[in-house]
Amino acid sequence: MKYSILVNEGPYTHQASDSAYQFAKAVLAKGHEIFRIFFYHDGVNNATRLTTPPQDDRNIVNRWSKLAEDHKLDMVVCVAAAQRRGIVDEGEAKRNGKDATNLAPGFRISGLGQLVEAGIQSDRLVTFGD
Amino acid sequence: MLNIVNKSPLDRGSLDSCLQAADGGAILLIEDGVYAATKGSAGEAKLKAAGSKFKLYALGADAEARGIADRMMDGITLVDYEGFVDLVAEHNTCQSWL
Repeated sequence: MKYSILVNEGPYTHQASDSAYQFAKAVLAKGHEIFRIFFYHDGVNNATRLTTPPQDDRNIVNRWSKLAEDHKLDMVVCVAAAQRRGIVDEGEAKRNGKDATNLAPGFRISGLGQLVEAGIQSDRLVTFGD
Repeated sequence: MLNIVNKSPLDRGSLDSCLQAADGGAILLIEDGVYAATKGSAGEAKLKAAGSKFKLYALGADAEARGIADRMMDGITLVDYEGFVDLVAEHNTCQSWL
């Protein structure tokens, strides 16, 4: 079965990004496919590579990047939510005249159409948020 | 439909919204939502009042993390994350009551 996941909450907030990650791992462990993971609202903060949690804490951002690399996942960050919160890739930096980028590996910035498409193309869309 | 509730009924009205608006199916309690199923709590009373309309599930890991896994109400089934995935697959639609 084809799953997509929507993450609406930032890392280290309550529990939604942890739940979404554990759910994604279980989906893959059961042999299902993940069509897309979409990060929206404060969820876009899951995609900044500049996060530095204490060494004895989980690194939520790196964990997502590794999951994407290991399983060739499509992880999409909403562009408007990202602009508001300062999540920037090279294209957005150029377009908006920013002097730095911070998008973590495995993520890409795109629009809400990608969420709609995930809803259409997947058998199930599961939302995690606050 | 699978209804997913992730907040304590003492904190938010999401369980109330779910019980009022949803017309049956299953409820899966995750994160702080698991507090609703604590034996003797107001949440338990609400879930019991909803009667046989819903099949009740809670994420075991979240109940254990909160130290209430052994105080869950009767009639609720604890599942792990893979059980969560199965519940999503078994129901045609799912709604997270945020």
